[in-house]
This record gives sequence, structure tokens and C-alpha cells, in this order.
Amino acid sequence: MSSNNFLSLFNSSIGKKVIMAVTGLFICVFLVVHVAGNFQLFKADSGLAFNKYAVLMTTNPLIKTVSYVLYLTIIIHAIRGIMIEFENRKARPVKYAKYNGNANSKWASRNMGILGTILLVFIVVHMHDFWYNYKFGHIPYTLYKTELATGKMTEAKDMGPDFKMGSKMEEMLAGDYKYVIVKDLYKEVKEEFKQLWLVLFYVVCMGAVSFHLYHGFRSGFQSLGLNNRKYNNIFQSIGTWIFAIIIPASFAAMPLYFYFNQ
Amino acid sequence: MNITLKVWRQKNNNERGRFETYQVKDVSPDMSFLEMFDVLNEDLITEGKEPIAFDHDCREGICGMCSMYINGRPHGPLQGVTTCQLHMRSFKDGDTIVVEPWRAAAFPVIKDLAVDRTSFDRIMAAGGFVSVNTGNAQDANSILIPKTDADLAFEAAACIGCGACVAACKNSSAMLFVSAKVSQLALLPQGQVERHERVIKMVNQMDEEGFGSCTNTGACEAECPKNISVENIARLNREYLSAKIAK
Repeated sequence: MSSNNFLSLFNSSIGKKVIMAVTGLFICVFLVVHVAGNFQLFKADSGLAFNKYAVLMTTNPLIKTVSYVLYLTIIIHAIRGIMIEFENRKARPVKYAKYNGNANSKWASRNMGILGTILLVFIVVHMHDFWYNYKFGHIPYTLYKTELATGKMTEAKDMGPDFKMGSKMEEMLAGDYKYVIVKDLYKEVKEEFKQLWLVLFYVVCMGAVSFHLYHGFRSGFQSLGLNNRKYNNIFQSIGTWIFAIIIPASFAAMPLYFYFNQ
Repeated sequence: MNITLKVWRQKNNNERGRFETYQVKDVSPDMSFLEMFDVLNEDLITEGKEPIAFDHDCREGICGMCSMYINGRPHGPLQGVTTCQLHMRSFKDGDTIVVEPWRAAAFPVIKDLAVDRTSFDRIMAAGGFVSVNTGNAQDANSILIPKTDADLAFEAAACIGCGACVAACKNSSAMLFVSAKVSQLALLPQGQVERHERVIKMVNQMDEEGFGSCTNTGACEAECPKNISVENIARLNREYLSAKIAK
């Protein structure tokens, strides 16, 4: 039977959800790395650590490979999700006149499509602001001067809009000082989050992340058949505390931090 | 009790349906929901009107025939009961109750509140059985089954195939039904021979019938009159994945 071959799995109602689960959980793992790395934005070093981290993330071949896998994963998750949403609508051509969904299920679980769409818009805006501009836009360079003996940064100098360099970062030692010239993504972040509307947009979208993952993280395990009374509470707790509360709240704190520390 | 009913009336699957409003007077709180419909139908017949078509059979919660979507919930406001076991004491005097048929592409309306659930039968016919070709039944004690497995299989086998899971699901997914039917056999030694083939065939049939996919909202479990757990859906996913990888 042709429908028995392995690839047909992904066209079945169960296979579709396996794709959503695997891609979704991979994105969850990425979020942990992303939020951990971005905590360097809070470091009071005029952005040196964050800028170095940005260089590492965009030049290391292994990380670059993983990030392209991630972009593909997000695209698959989004496209498959939108398709599933429309396929599922076809399964109920006549809607109920009176529907009491709250009596039997959580709001987030019934609105993954809407939440996901908000997140897709967010990802496009976010990628444009920080990924596209970093790669193709005009990000100025900053020169950081650090005293070698004390490790104290003594100067962070803007190289101006006309300064150009072949690489994203150069480090050199001269006398008692270490000099680092690096593309200043930190400054870009700072500038962007002076705009109130963008800050509000980010905060609202992190709310969507929270609801999406409140359902999505736990649901991903269920779709893969991983439902075991022994571990369910652990999955649920991780999904709620880490993915629906700590991670979105941490991300939301970043634009708010820059807006209120102008 | 006096009740206002808004009931979906639809002549057949080809014609458009609409809501009709009926006043039902002097309803006893001890009447079942279906008995209230019986009384209303008697009145309609006396008035020379077409009675409301609705499915029912055993009226003791085990046959799986009754199927009304009451005030936004399959089988009404109570948990773990079918419509026939719902009594009017669950409502208040003067209430307006909206009654609709199960809504799903795979459950076309036959008439009024009665829907065609033969899509479930076709899923069962695709593999929801154990082929035993010959001989007498063996002595039960010759096949050892761990008590925990027997209990899980029994809980899954409690599914009466009423379709409330489909009705409750925002995607009209039949995953809870199919998972219960796959689980009850996958958990027992008798079901092992056709284990892989069964799950693939039943899921294929489920998809062909036009049911949606599972979003894990848990609405099915919450509305199931037999309290079938979504743990069965996870088992179905495991069974299907391993069958697809093995076959």
C-alpha cells in the first residue's frame, strides 16, 4: 500500500503534529540560548560583552549552521501551522451557534493559530530590526579600551558613521591596554528601544509567546506520544514556569530596560 | 419549570437548517433531557407539526446514541454523563437552552439533531477488531495480562462511540475515539498480531473521513461521558509512529 511508506507519515493527521512538535520544541531550546545570551544586554559594560557575543553568533561556522537550521525550522513550523489551521477549519464547515470552549479547554490551547500568527509578524519585525540591519544595514563600530592590569574599561568610543572595516571585530593589544573595535549591535538595540510603540509591540508579543508556549511546550510532548503520569507534572511545570513565565518576562524586560534607561 | 428551547431544525443534509424556538411548560426537574424532548414532541404531533428528530436508544448511558450539543457543550453541562442521563434539575426555571447537532464534516446531519456517525463504523471496520478465525475461546487464565494493563484496556474500552469528543473538539478531531479503540487492543496480548497494521489503517480511515487533527486542547477528555483520558491519544501517537517506522 502506497500510504504505508514512511514519508506518508508526515501527511497524516498525526504526522503533521509530529512536525509541529519537533520544530516547536527545537525553537524552545533556541529560546533558552537566546534569552541566556541576551542577558548580556543588562551588563554595565557599554555593550562590549553583548557585541562580542553577537560576533561569535554570526561568525562561528557551527553556530551559523545551527542558525540556518533554525530559520528553516521556524519557516516549516509557521507554514505547517497555518496549513493545519485551515485544514482543521474544513473539518467543521458549520460552526456552533453557542460554543462554550472555556468549559472544557484553555484559551491558549484553542488559539495557537492566532498566537502563532502574531509571533510570525513579530519574528519578521525582529529579524528586520536586528538580523537584517546587523548583516546588511549600517551599524556603526565602537572602540572599547580596556586596561589589562585591572580589566576595567576606560573608554568606549563611537567610530562614527563613516568608519568601515572588513570584519565585524578586531582586537589588539597596545601597551597596558586592550583595544576592541566591534560592530555595535548594542547601540542599535538601545536606539530601537527608544521608540515607545516598538517597546509596547515587543511586550505584547512576549505575552503571545507566553500563551503560545504555555500550551505548546507540554503539547509538543503529547504529540510525540510522551505522556507519562510520572513525568507529566515535570513537563507541565517546565512549560509553565520556564517557557510561559521566566523566558517571556525576561525578553519583555529587555526593551523596557532600554526604554526606561535612556 | 418552564423552559425556552432553541432547537436546530434541518429537514435533511441538503437543506439549510435554522433555529426554532419552543416554550416547554410544566417541566419536571426529575425528567431527563430526552424525556423533556419526548413531551415537546408529543405536543408538536398534537399540533400537527413535525416532531424533532434526535438519536437515542438505551437511555441509560451505555449505548452511545444520544448526541445533543447543549448550551455550547456536548451532552450538556454535567461531566461524565450522556444527554439521556442529564436531568432538568441541572437547569433553572426560565432558562433558555440552545440545542444543536454535533457539528463536523464527518458527521453530516441526517435530520434536526440526528447526525450520521457511520464514519466511526468505517474506522472500526478498517481495523478496530481482532481477527480470530477458528476454534473455541481459550481458558481465560491461559493468557496472562498484568492487572494495570487490563485496567487501562478496560478504561479505553469504556468508549461508547458517541462522538462527543468530535463535537467538543475545535478541530472536529476523532483522536480520542480512535485512540481508545486502538488502545484497548494494543494493551492486550490478543491485539498484538495486528497491532501495527491496525493503527495505520484506522488512522488512514480517520483522515479519509475528514476529521481534523489534534491540538491537545483536552476538550474531548473533559466532555467525554466515559471519561476517556487523553493519555490514550499519546498512546495512539506512539503506536502510529512506531508502526510507521517499523512497517
